[in-house]
Amino acid sequence: MVFVTENQPKRSYDVAVIGAGVVGCAVARRFALAGAKVVLIEKGADILSGASKANSAILHTGFDAPADSLELELVRAGRQEYLEVRESLGLNLVKTGALVCAWNNIEDSKLASIEVQGRENGVSELRLLTGAQARSILPSLSDRLVAAVEVSGEHVIDPWSAPLAYLTQAVKLGATFLRSTELLEGSFDGFWKLQTTSGPIEAQSVVNTAGLYGDVVDQRLGFAQEFQIKPRKGQFVVLDKAAFKHVPTIILPVPTEITKGIVVCPTAFGNVLVGPTAEEQDDRVRATVEEDTLKSLLKRGAEIVPALANIPVTAVYAGLRPASDSKAYRVFSRPERRAITLGGIRSTGLSSALGLAQHALKLHAEFGSGLSEPQSIPSLCMPNLTETCERDWQRPDHGEIVCHCELVTKREIEAALESEVPPGDFGGLRRRTRAGMGRCQGFYCNAKLAEMTKGKLATPLAVEEGDQA
Amino acid sequence: MSENADVIVVGGGPSGVAAAIELRRRGVRKVVILDREPYLGGATRHCSHSPFGMLEFGRMYFGASYGRKLEQEARKADVEVRTGHSVVKLAYDGEVTVTSHRGLETLRARRIMYATGAREKPRSARLLSGDRPIGVVTTGTLQTYVAFHGLLPFRRPLIVGSELVSLSAALTCLTHGARPVAMIEPRSHTLARAPLTWFPTLVGIPFYQSTELVDIKGRARVEAVTIRRNGSLETLECDGVLLTGQFTPESSLFLQSTMGIDAGSCGPAVDQDGRSANPMYFAGGNVLRAVETGGWAFREGRSVGAALALDVKRDVGPSEHVPVTFDDPVKLVVPNILRRSSLETAAFTQFQLRFVRRAIGVLTLEIEGRVIWSKRGQWMPERRIQVPIPPTAQRAQQVHFGFREEL
Repeated sequence: MVFVTENQPKRSYDVAVIGAGVVGCAVARRFALAGAKVVLIEKGADILSGASKANSAILHTGFDAPADSLELELVRAGRQEYLEVRESLGLNLVKTGALVCAWNNIEDSKLASIEVQGRENGVSELRLLTGAQARSILPSLSDRLVAAVEVSGEHVIDPWSAPLAYLTQAVKLGATFLRSTELLEGSFDGFWKLQTTSGPIEAQSVVNTAGLYGDVVDQRLGFAQEFQIKPRKGQFVVLDKAAFKHVPTIILPVPTEITKGIVVCPTAFGNVLVGPTAEEQDDRVRATVEEDTLKSLLKRGAEIVPALANIPVTAVYAGLRPASDSKAYRVFSRPERRAITLGGIRSTGLSSALGLAQHALKLHAEFGSGLSEPQSIPSLCMPNLTETCERDWQRPDHGEIVCHCELVTKREIEAALESEVPPGDFGGLRRRTRAGMGRCQGFYCNAKLAEMTKGKLATPLAVEEGDQA
Repeated sequence: MSENADVIVVGGGPSGVAAAIELRRRGVRKVVILDREPYLGGATRHCSHSPFGMLEFGRMYFGASYGRKLEQEARKADVEVRTGHSVVKLAYDGEVTVTSHRGLETLRARRIMYATGAREKPRSARLLSGDRPIGVVTTGTLQTYVAFHGLLPFRRPLIVGSELVSLSAALTCLTHGARPVAMIEPRSHTLARAPLTWFPTLVGIPFYQSTELVDIKGRARVEAVTIRRNGSLETLECDGVLLTGQFTPESSLFLQSTMGIDAGSCGPAVDQDGRSANPMYFAGGNVLRAVETGGWAFREGRSVGAALALDVKRDVGPSEHVPVTFDDPVKLVVPNILRRSSLETAAFTQFQLRFVRRAIGVLTLEIEGRVIWSKRGQWMPERRIQVPIPPTAQRAQQVHFGFREEL
């Protein structure tokens, strides 16, 4: 850990955003678009190092969000903005639709209220279906299906390119991204003085988007504890692309009080995922996968869609959701301290991130500092990784394929390494390019990637030959 | 419809190249090999410890030199070799979609020979528990690190597995300055024959049988593993996990096509000529069943090439076929299907079987319900078992391998 203090030039910003998950990236973009001089600080070596790296990649409608909640409002606003801006950022949308499936009479009895709730939440494209009707839409569903609600507005997106696009746009507008930078403490005296592992930072305002560390960052900023993060682990299994033809639609369970439940869901990359579990734990760092749980996910997947029984596993992963001691989003504004906390964003962060960012800007306006909007908004086109649109390997002169499972070209990897927000670790490279994400998990490309990324990642893939252990 | 070739061979490892050469030798005019790598040779390219080529070329080659010999032989036989060509789709009617530096192309041929080999199962498909740090790799990955890039993915790995490839993995570690902390095998016996049983101990690597990997720890890179040995948990500090063996056919193009794969072998099901359920497609080598040596794959490719050379001169044959069924604990049988064939010589004269686990008992081959072959023995997993294919088999309606276990 390097402490650089006295001699460093003073770095001062309008807004310091703490935590580069999907919400932090969206907030950085929103404030940069509003003309603020933004710094985004992140403890990890790359963006999406915490909760945001592992989710089910669904762009929710909010049909099942609590009525009249801030979560509902922001999921709807975030989704709306995503749909409006996605083309200008080069982001895609896979219009999968969803079926909320009831597998027994008890679940069936809840469908009517789900449909009513959905309409009250302003989601109009809802349809109650019999089991037979649902199976005519998705014939691969088990014949044990009792009934379903169709929610045609639920979509799937690329969960990593979206936040990367938000931050890239912010950086192009002049925002600073400091990675491997942990907030140690902050004090407010008309403006914020933040001590970080990369030296001091000054900012007029702070926005806490620290996800799994939301409560810790509030403490370090000197606030009384308003909420406590209770990490909830979710394990996922990703099935081979051969599964995609069986699951072109999101298959949701009837949710319970605690969790949305286990989803069988197509991905933007042409796979199918099964998960997540919902496991309470104290640890905010370790998100382990466990063989027995993975096996039970595979079993559950095959119960829902029997054709999945013989499909090989491509990947497994686990993530932690920043649940808190309450189900609601924990959003706090402290005008007297010029600080906003966006906490406890459990599982809808990908959908609501842009909405949360709008909300934060609105709260910030009450602090009474004028921002002047930038003259022009730089254009941006994220490299496409989704299977539904043209990928680089389909274009002439792509040069060479490095990852054959995911068909990642050499120039895609080089472009990611040289981009405005280059990957800080191997996970970041995988998320930006899909290299090594396929069925062989790097059997062929890992060594080549080790060479291409030499000196560029926080933890190198290779230990140099001749090094001593 | 015009064709780009008489036969397109997908995969330029030993079996694909052998098939292509045999096709040319038997007068098939245009044979094209498509391989995604920059050079031919397939998995042999990075296997620096196993000698290749003794039976087919009369001398030993190591690592990439065998691939160069294959390439030389293929060119001598006037086979069109296209490296850097990654096949992305196989259509039922024989259309092959391929991407290369030229971009996307679709190619057609009278027949397609699928010879994409095998790879080791990665960590994810093994459903291993724990963190997911850097440094958990397969033997193939380790070998490409050292063979092509002069790099190492770790210094002190735990080696998991005791197949023949595990020996190669340990040797690769030792010759490149990595010091394995231990070698473990979940079964109570090694999968390879002696001398592997003695090898780790000889070179000073602790070797534990009946030992499972139960946890991998590490935030960025592997820091430690937990193993269960004789019922108790032990933590070993290490900086990597080397997963060896558990080969699986690289059959994804078949899996994703409408043709599908065989549930037992995980490769395309083929008949006694190497012809798949779709008679446009043939297959040979390790994609049929994991895993055999490079020499075996070469000879198998050559046999399938010989049958294919006869087949390609005729119209596409019928798709009707009879499955070869089997009892547990038989894992797979190749050929997986049989069909009446008018070819003078079949590619396969023997059934190849594998067992899922060690079992003692009587293995029987039943045709139309009658036992026509049987053998009692101790059957080991991952070992090659061969049973002659009787001439009556291809006209039978029921071909079944039974097993009566003696506990």
